[in-house]
Amino acid sequence: MRAERTGESAVRASGPASRTPMAIAHARVDLAFEWLTRIVAACVLLLLAGIIVSLIVSAWPSIERFGFHFLTTSEWNPPMERFGALVPAYGTLVTSIIALLIAVPVSFGIALFLTELSPIWLKRPLGTAIELLAAIPSIVYGMWGLLVFSPLFGEYAQPWLAATLGKLPVIGVLFSGPPIGIGLLCAGIILAIMIIPFIASVMRDVFELTPPMLKESAYGLGATTWEVMSGVVLPYTRAGVVGGIMLGLGRALGETMAVTFVIGNTNMLQNFSLFQSGNSVTSALANEFAEASPGLHTAALIELGLILFVITLLVLAASKLLLARLARAEGGAA
Amino acid sequence: MNMHTNGARQASDGIARPFVAQGAAVPPSSVALALRDFNFYYGKFHAIKGVSMEIFQNRVTAFIGPSGCGKSTLLRSLNRMYDLYPDQRAEGQLLFHGDNLLDKGVDLLDLRARIGMVFQKPTPFPMSIYDNVAFGVRMHERLSRAEMDERVEWALTKAALWGEVKSILGRNGASLSGGQQQRLCIARGIAVKPEVLLLDEPTSALDPISTARIEELVTELKSDFTIAIVTHNMQQAARVSDYTAYMYLGELVEYGVTSQIFLKPAKKETEDYITGRFG
Repeated sequence: MRAERTGESAVRASGPASRTPMAIAHARVDLAFEWLTRIVAACVLLLLAGIIVSLIVSAWPSIERFGFHFLTTSEWNPPMERFGALVPAYGTLVTSIIALLIAVPVSFGIALFLTELSPIWLKRPLGTAIELLAAIPSIVYGMWGLLVFSPLFGEYAQPWLAATLGKLPVIGVLFSGPPIGIGLLCAGIILAIMIIPFIASVMRDVFELTPPMLKESAYGLGATTWEVMSGVVLPYTRAGVVGGIMLGLGRALGETMAVTFVIGNTNMLQNFSLFQSGNSVTSALANEFAEASPGLHTAALIELGLILFVITLLVLAASKLLLARLARAEGGAA
Repeated sequence: MNMHTNGARQASDGIARPFVAQGAAVPPSSVALALRDFNFYYGKFHAIKGVSMEIFQNRVTAFIGPSGCGKSTLLRSLNRMYDLYPDQRAEGQLLFHGDNLLDKGVDLLDLRARIGMVFQKPTPFPMSIYDNVAFGVRMHERLSRAEMDERVEWALTKAALWGEVKSILGRNGASLSGGQQQRLCIARGIAVKPEVLLLDEPTSALDPISTARIEELVTELKSDFTIAIVTHNMQQAARVSDYTAYMYLGELVEYGVTSQIFLKPAKKETEDYITGRFG
């Protein structure tokens, strides 16, 4: 009580310019807060470094044994202790690429409809429905994919694809082989359905942030909705759009449950057909980790995890590079 | 597209000389746009009430009035920009070459190519200066590379920007200064060779020097285009326009030759606003 009173009088006596006890206490709190945020931020880096280091340490026996060969070998033979990451790495990349090829245009269409064309009464329900799609647990997508989607896909869609796209030169080989439903293409499509809500809602949000006056300027020149969206809004929002796509790609690369259900889980790579069964990094981990004997098998699985980590890192770096290059290409001198 | 013929085009299509009686110094001209009992609604709000007026060809018509009087709304109606927003609608007649632009069957893309618009703030598109100007042209005409180069140069020259940007056409439009960006937007608007140019407070975000350049430009452009400009700066209206419309609470209070409106307004309300007693 007394200390408080003296503090108060000191403030009154010395004025705001000098450092009163209260001002010093104030500055201390501020300093403490500054350090707190610094520590929290450092934790992120520490965690990241910790994960990388522990992955490398645990995977070391496998890295030491197989070296770079690990990436180019398709054999995966636990009894013989011969491991290669080619099939799961290929499966992860191919399913994610298929997912993006389908999800990006569809999401763009959804976002375009929601921001420009949809009547007001439909906006809310449709927007909510898309967010709900994102809330469905991935195992439900997996079960639906295995029990409902893949039989129909194998019976109707695959024979049709084989008869049309499969007849084309070069890309025909992608759509050849027996139509068995599950496989790389099926997994890619299920992944696409799963990431559409993410990409679409990010795209919708950034499209809505576009200044109305910018859109009106384009409409005011007699542009169609399509010309406004593709010519003005998309370039204007490209950082956000690329961010949304990366969010979806990150999820596609890491998705485990749904892919495990529909990818077929075979460690073989006979040809480039997308109809064949395959494996992905995550489903290989999910399927084998519990049964793996300690030693080389576990180390090889952990190295798979490390590879997934590196792929994600490369994708992130590539997207940053892409954005920087786009910015330079249009901001640079003639 | 209906191209513009330069010079005085007087007698032919129904000359209106409503202000000759007031001893105006503005030479008569034919009507470019006519409003007949024009009403506008934002949902249930009646924003423009029964406006009838003519906008004359190759003249500058200024709309003045306090905020919320409906002047921007009226301007935005002239190229049916309100169509983008489902709860906005217009009633009455808006005549352009004998057609009522409010009719359902009007081709909006063609209409907006013929009635261009420039906004309060510069809105360069996220692309190069060249592409900004070519953007609208590409949608309406198929030009060869050389013809397009020529058109871009023509529009930028008209907008008094060519000298400043001719060596940096590949640079992003957003890298220009605010005043340059607004002239780029004007160049973009005139590149499609519209008949009418709508300017919605085009200098409200600009510094005095840039404002003066835009005002000069407006005066120069009227030999090629019919111009309607909304401004909340009365001096600007007095400087650049031939005709002035004073609006208040959605109604057209007074409309006439600019010198007349500013020197000898017919109505008390107009005089009060212009002399700064209110508004």
